[in-house]
Amino acid sequence: MSEDKKTIIVFSGDLDKAMAAMIIARSAAAMGNEVTLFFTFWGLNLLRKPEPVSVKKNILEAMFGWMMPRGPQKAKLSQLNMGGLGTAMMQYVMKTKNVPTLAEMIAEAQQFGVTFIACTMSMDVMGIHQEELIDGIELGGVATYLGAADDANVNLFI
Amino acid sequence: MAEYSLNCRGMQCPGPIMQLFTQMKTAQPGDVVTIVVTDMGFRKDIDAWCRKTKNTLVSIEEKDGVITAVVRKGE
Repeated sequence: MSEDKKTIIVFSGDLDKAMAAMIIARSAAAMGNEVTLFFTFWGLNLLRKPEPVSVKKNILEAMFGWMMPRGPQKAKLSQLNMGGLGTAMMQYVMKTKNVPTLAEMIAEAQQFGVTFIACTMSMDVMGIHQEELIDGIELGGVATYLGAADDANVNLFI
Repeated sequence: MAEYSLNCRGMQCPGPIMQLFTQMKTAQPGDVVTIVVTDMGFRKDIDAWCRKTKNTLVSIEEKDGVITAVVRKGE
């Protein structure tokens, strides 16, 4: 167990939960920690490029890809979304209060050396291909995450 | 010994400590950084940050909602 390593499982693709994960990850990196984020299930959508990427998919994969949000700009609040109104209000308030956008937080975490791992099983199930993800994402399975978590002293599931 | 100053007014948590971390990476041991912050959580955060990063909080003062902290880089 090391004091200077942290791991976070990013399961949720909700805006508020993803923000919490990214704020903790960026803070930990700024405290000199080695941080590993493991993106699985809905969290994977946060790593998708905002624009459609042409890849060969079967009908179910294509439907999943079409139904799920593409990238952090499309993430919604877990509460008070109110058909998108609540999310728009939150994004407006964040801007006026000088809080970076979720996309900016993700980019900043990458600049600070936070390791982003996309769960390959989730990618397979949800039909998400590596070409659809932003740059700098490593692919790995649960053993990769467990290996990192074993060496860390904080592990969160968000 | 070099002195640096960071203006982090209006920046939200954890922006100021991220700026400080980046500045400290280029600084030498003994160098001093003065950081100005308006995020009130910074008062406690800087204690924890200095403890965990082995830097020293030389002074901290708050006036009219603005915190000015002086941090010395550790060995």
